[in-house]
Amino acid sequence: MEQFTGRVWTLGDDIDTDIIIPTEYLALKTIEEMKQYGFSPLRPELAAQIRPGDILVAGKNFGCGSSREQAPEVIKALGIRCVIAKSFARIFFRNAINNGLLLIEQPDLYDDMKEGDTIAVTVNQDVDYQGKRYPIASLPENLVEIINAGGLVKAMRRRNGIG
Amino acid sequence: MGQTIIEKIIAHNSKADSVKPGDIVTVNVDRVMLDDIMIPFIVDKFHEMGFTKVWDPDKVVLIYDHLVPASQQDDTRHYRVGDAFVKECALTHVHRSDGICHQLMTEAGYVKPGDVVFGTDSHTTTYGCVGAFSTGIGYTEMAAILGTGNLWVKVPETIRVEIEGTLPESVMSKDVILRLIGDLGADGATYRALEFTGTAIDEMSVASRMTIANMAIEAGAKCALFSPDEKTAKYCQTSLDGFQKSLRGDEDAHYLQVITYQAEDFVPVMACPSQVDKIRKVSELEGTVIDQVFIGSCTNGRLEDLQAAAKVLEGKTVAPFVKLIVTPASRKVYEEALACGALQTLLKAGAIITHPGCGLCCGRTGGILCDGERVVATNNRNFLGRMGTSKVEIYLASPAVAAACAAAGKITARI
Repeated sequence: MEQFTGRVWTLGDDIDTDIIIPTEYLALKTIEEMKQYGFSPLRPELAAQIRPGDILVAGKNFGCGSSREQAPEVIKALGIRCVIAKSFARIFFRNAINNGLLLIEQPDLYDDMKEGDTIAVTVNQDVDYQGKRYPIASLPENLVEIINAGGLVKAMRRRNGIG
Repeated sequence: MGQTIIEKIIAHNSKADSVKPGDIVTVNVDRVMLDDIMIPFIVDKFHEMGFTKVWDPDKVVLIYDHLVPASQQDDTRHYRVGDAFVKECALTHVHRSDGICHQLMTEAGYVKPGDVVFGTDSHTTTYGCVGAFSTGIGYTEMAAILGTGNLWVKVPETIRVEIEGTLPESVMSKDVILRLIGDLGADGATYRALEFTGTAIDEMSVASRMTIANMAIEAGAKCALFSPDEKTAKYCQTSLDGFQKSLRGDEDAHYLQVITYQAEDFVPVMACPSQVDKIRKVSELEGTVIDQVFIGSCTNGRLEDLQAAAKVLEGKTVAPFVKLIVTPASRKVYEEALACGALQTLLKAGAIITHPGCGLCCGRTGGILCDGERVVATNNRNFLGRMGTSKVEIYLASPAVAAACAAAGKITARI
């Protein structure tokens, strides 16, 4: 079972995709150029503070709003290992899976924890926070297939007989 | 066991006798909509996946709307990438300055009742107004559809919304969907289909239904569906076949939830900063001073919206310190609003009329706001920073309310 630990940044309920990456930066050429503006309407300093391996923990309806796939791509490019939220908006959920960004639904962790603390995640099993274990569900099989293929682009490359 | 509209569409599309919520089904896509913001990303992914041609060029529509005319130096790169892709894949349905994608998809006849349609914009839910299953996806999935012609979907549960009676004159369909979002919450319909029915819905124009379907995503919904009727057939310039006529929720279908409203109980409302589900009666906000009013967008930039605004502003003038920005949803709407005199009335009242497009709604062009400013707007999102800086207050309202506020210079329910 895959395990990892990480430092946590907490965000609230209804973190929308305009907060994750505002429309004015969507026409920048690359995700690398965009990522410095991640979360800027809410916390302009956050993108520069995030370190590879950090974890985001949020409330309900994370990723609501637009269909912009730049949102999960920016989060991934900032080095976020996974996002744990009470619930996710559906387009964001699909986009994250297709880009290999791990999302975990957990109803209680957000209310109990504080920013800066460290948690340990055991994928498809639980999250350990200060010795308390928060159970997490497994992903549906068709999504596991996409993740195992390394994302939708790689799955399609394989379909087309390249890579 | 009866079926809901979304179950009927997905079953018909996948040639199954029936489907049930939770089933994972691969659907054959009838039409896709690609927008200008996402086109470079779609094209990159398409090539990276190893595709060399699209599965059916006739089913692909490319629309330039968010970045037209360009407001930043690099915007024109999106036109160049899009035009090169048009050439490479021999696409024929291309709109370079005709208006907002969601308006054009139905207005230009690209979507028919019962179709399965995906677009790279979350407000793709709009086409449910004609009884199509349509929803937003990311650019990677769009690239996969362009190569394969299909996509997996999970059959959603359905929430049925019944509205009986006649809406008060001061109430527009915008007030209906805002109230519903307030009652459901911004995630109250996540992963679900919304199905609208009742005499008040029957009475609505297709344009009014469009406003409701457009904002279904603001409650998290996967799609919103209206049964096709004679108005739909006329709007789509088609006659309904047996399958299209069958697109009504069955009496014995399974609904996750049924929400019932009496049409006479609706009043004008607003979504207050900065959440779409923070709904208050306009009368409770009376007197709040404003700096700007925006009437437009894929939510409320249609002819009936501009006419409603013109009716309110007939013989009046916009308050001296307020900028009223009006953006018709499409070139056709622009022409019709000119022909019927609505634009002249708005101009005379002091409005700034802009070219059709996404404009101010996505905060990139045509009237972005600064710290401490307040705007009443007819679009669909009042998110932090959506129409300028993160310290702008955005109130979402109907075109009639927005027009009244423009004249008063403050929020008012006196339409």
